[in-house]
Order: sequence, then C-alpha cells, then structure tokens
Amino acid sequence: MKLLIIAGPPSGGKTAVVRQIIKNLPEGSLPAFLKIDVVHATEDEELAEEFGIPVKKVYSGDVCPDHMGILVLDDALHWAENLSRNILIVESAGLCLRCTPYTTYSLGIAVVSAISGTNSPFKMTPLLALADVAVVTKTDLVSQAEKEVFRESIRKVVPGIDIVETNAIQGTGLRYLIRRIVNQPEIGSDPIMLRGSPPLGVCTVCIGKKEIGWKNHFGVIRPLDMPEPLYRGD
Amino acid sequence: MTQQFTLTIESGKNRLGEQEGFDRIEIRPGDTLSIVGPTGSGKSALINDIETLAQGDTITGRRILINGEEPPESFVREPAFKPISMITQNTRCLADLSVEEFLLMHIRARKPGREDLLDETINLANTFTGEEISPESRMSGLSGGQTRSLMIADALVIGDTPILLLDEIENAGIFKDRVIQSLHGGNKAVILVTHDPYLALTAGRRIVMRHGGVASVIEPTGKEQDLIEDLALIEDRMHQIREKLRLGASFSSGSPSGSSVSSSANPSEVLTDVVEQGMVYK
Repeated sequence: MKLLIIAGPPSGGKTAVVRQIIKNLPEGSLPAFLKIDVVHATEDEELAEEFGIPVKKVYSGDVCPDHMGILVLDDALHWAENLSRNILIVESAGLCLRCTPYTTYSLGIAVVSAISGTNSPFKMTPLLALADVAVVTKTDLVSQAEKEVFRESIRKVVPGIDIVETNAIQGTGLRYLIRRIVNQPEIGSDPIMLRGSPPLGVCTVCIGKKEIGWKNHFGVIRPLDMPEPLYRGD
Repeated sequence: MTQQFTLTIESGKNRLGEQEGFDRIEIRPGDTLSIVGPTGSGKSALINDIETLAQGDTITGRRILINGEEPPESFVREPAFKPISMITQNTRCLADLSVEEFLLMHIRARKPGREDLLDETINLANTFTGEEISPESRMSGLSGGQTRSLMIADALVIGDTPILLLDEIENAGIFKDRVIQSLHGGNKAVILVTHDPYLALTAGRRIVMRHGGVASVIEPTGKEQDLIEDLALIEDRMHQIREKLRLGASFSSGSPSGSSVSSSANPSEVLTDVVEQGMVYK
C-alpha cells in the first residue's frame, strides 16, 4: 500500500490534482480516496462517480479536521487494504495551515495556487516545510514572471522542495508528480508517525504524541465508522 | 548557445482528434513566426505547449524538442536554465510586492547576482508606456499597459532567452512599434500570437490555427509584399491619429461623408482618403 497525503488551502486545486493523479496512475494501480472536511464536501461522490473507486468522507464538525484525519488514518488504511486497494489518497480540508498532516511512509503533497499571493508560502510554512512536493496550481492565470517569482517565494521558505507547476484542469507539468508517486515506496512495517506536531495542545495529538489511530489517543477521538466523535479520558 | 539553438514542434492532434497540418516546425534564432486564428482556435494553447516544453502530456499531445532532443529537466523546471520567456495576455499582476521587490525576486530566479538589471528593466519598460513606472509602485496597482510594458521589458532584460513568446501584445495600449523594434534586437526567435494584420503578415512564417490545432503553416512567397506596404502606410496613419487622440486632439469631418470610402477598394487609399479629406486635424 502506498499513502498519498494531500494538503493545502481551500479552493487551491487539491481535488483537481487528485483527479489528474487518478487519471495518470500507472496500470495496476488501485486507488481508494478519503476526504476529510468540516461541514461540506462533495469530492468523494464526484470521484466515485467519475472513476468508480471506493471513497470515504469524514466530517469533523467542531473538531479540527487535521486532528480528525490523524485519528481515522490507520482505520482508513485497513479499510483500503480490505478492499484490496494499493494506493490510499487522503485529501485534507486545508484550514489553519499550521498543522501538517503528513506522516512517515507517505508522500506529502502541498497544493497551493499561483494566485494566492506572493507571501502565502510564508504564512503556511509548516504545511510546505514538511511536504515532499509543492504543487503550484493555476499557473495559466498568471504571467510567466509572476509564476517564477511565486516559485522563488516557496524556495525562500523551503529551499530544497520539489516544485511542480501545473494547470491542474489540463494536467500540464504533472508528469513530475506522477513520477514521484510511481517511485514512492510502499508503507513499511514500522508504525506510521506524524512528521510534525500540530500546535493546538488540547489533546494527545496536539501535545506531540505522533502515533496514528484513535486507539493511541485520549481526548476527542473517533473511529472511522463511528458517526460522532467521542471523548476518551478523565 | 544561442548560435546552434533549434526548437522543434512535433505535431499533435486538434480538438476533433485529427492530426495537425504539419509534421514538424523548426525554429531558430532570428526567426519570427506569427500565430493567427479565431478566438478559441488554440493559439494560446500552442504557445503554452512551447513554454512548458510539453512532452505529449498536454491536451494536444505535441512534443517540443530542443536541438532535436527532449530537453533536460532543468530547462523545464528551473527558471535559471529555461531558454524561453513568455509574455502572456495578463494585464494584472497579483503579486503583493513593489516593482523593485518583484523584479529583484525574478532576477534571483533567472539571473542570480545580476541586480544591476533592475534599473535597465524599468527604464526599458518606460519606453513602452506613456505612464511612468517607478521602482516603488505596487505591482498590483499598475495599469494594464504598465503591467504589459514591464513584463515585456522583464522578458527582454531579465529573461534574455533565445526564444520569446508573446500573446497579443497589440492589445495593451503600449507603443507597439518600440516593442517590436526591441524584440528584433539580440537575434532571438520571436513567436507571436496576434490579430494584428501587419504583425501577422510581416512574420517570416505564419501558423494558422483551427479547432484547437495547427491547420497550416504559411511561408510567404513575396506575393504579400504589396499588401504589407499598404498596411505599413495604414499603420503609420493609425499611429499618428492614435497619438494625437491620446494627447487630447479633436477632429472634424469636413467632406461629404462616406463617398470616398465606398469609391475605393484599396484599404490604404480608403484610410488616406478618410484622413486627408474626411477628417481635418486641428
């Protein structure tokens, strides 16, 4: 099983990138898709209809969606495995941008749009810094110079990051992302851990416990198939 | 590098799935090509394929080669190695930066260490536009013409690449003739999307687009020369009137209206008549 974690601000083009990934995966790839959002998302239904792949959606409601994603991630991996899928694509809600949902063994993909302002990479430093690839979308809407200046601003935040520029609707330039996905190793036998600690400090995830799965946490938790989160602890 | 540089476009398919009307187009420094066709016919998509050095991974399936081979990845992905500058139709820049900050960042991307190009770029841009751009201006506050002028100067000075792509430069209210003059210095290959008859006809080759693909490539045989000379006269007239208008001139119609227009079939004569008899510049 390969794990792709896709994060980035709302309306930045995450789902358009996911669509291109699914379309261009090499033969033999069997993707499953998990969308985590707060109160509204239709990406799962659209992708299920378009590609006929298994999809799941989790609404986090009052809880931070990245927190929710961390809790349900190992259940989701089992779900995909039980369906004999070999790639799980997780799309985050993309809200506060200080949390980084990327884990060990995953390919962390940050999706940011070229029209989001030259300083936006600085505002989402953790989201970019712990990612493996920054996909810059909507490059067809800006001039070449502006695209290159935006790239320079990402480079200032994370000098070594792999940058892929695309018009994700058309899929231009995404061959470099697909190559990364093809070369991405399968999940290994060690426990999957978060790469960074989210900064909230109100639960075991937030204070730095990096195991995935609700069984490893206290505070607000949620198994994948439970309709409501529940509180575990004193 | 500029001396042996060749860019090759290998044909793909149009929107109807038909093979394009050429096998390959080879472009060398000093060449000029115009791209013409109705809106939606694939003109911008063609120069975008060139700019992104497509390798069969765009909607058209075209491949772009450099010196006969698939270009190295750095040509595509690293602005400092990219041999292509493109001026798009954008007349707005969204970057929240001053002109100086923007250009310095672009210099860092394209020509690290050449901060001296900053003034040269702004000075050149100011020869293209009637409204002066200062280093302190905000990029997002520039007018359409200022943005266009700055992007063209940026491509010529900071890009300074063997291939230049331009998307409808005539639409920006800038001094087109000065831009064209600057483009032809420096032995660059210039590929321009245009609806302007004079620009289209004076290019060395003309690519005609239809249904999202190249329909044909026309190599002028010299038979269009008379038309080009006519158009040059019209251009000159238009330029003079345009500049006078811009400076606040008003015109009055002095002669019987329309008669001179309908009596002549030659476009340059029509305009000459209108200008010399029909309108009197005060």
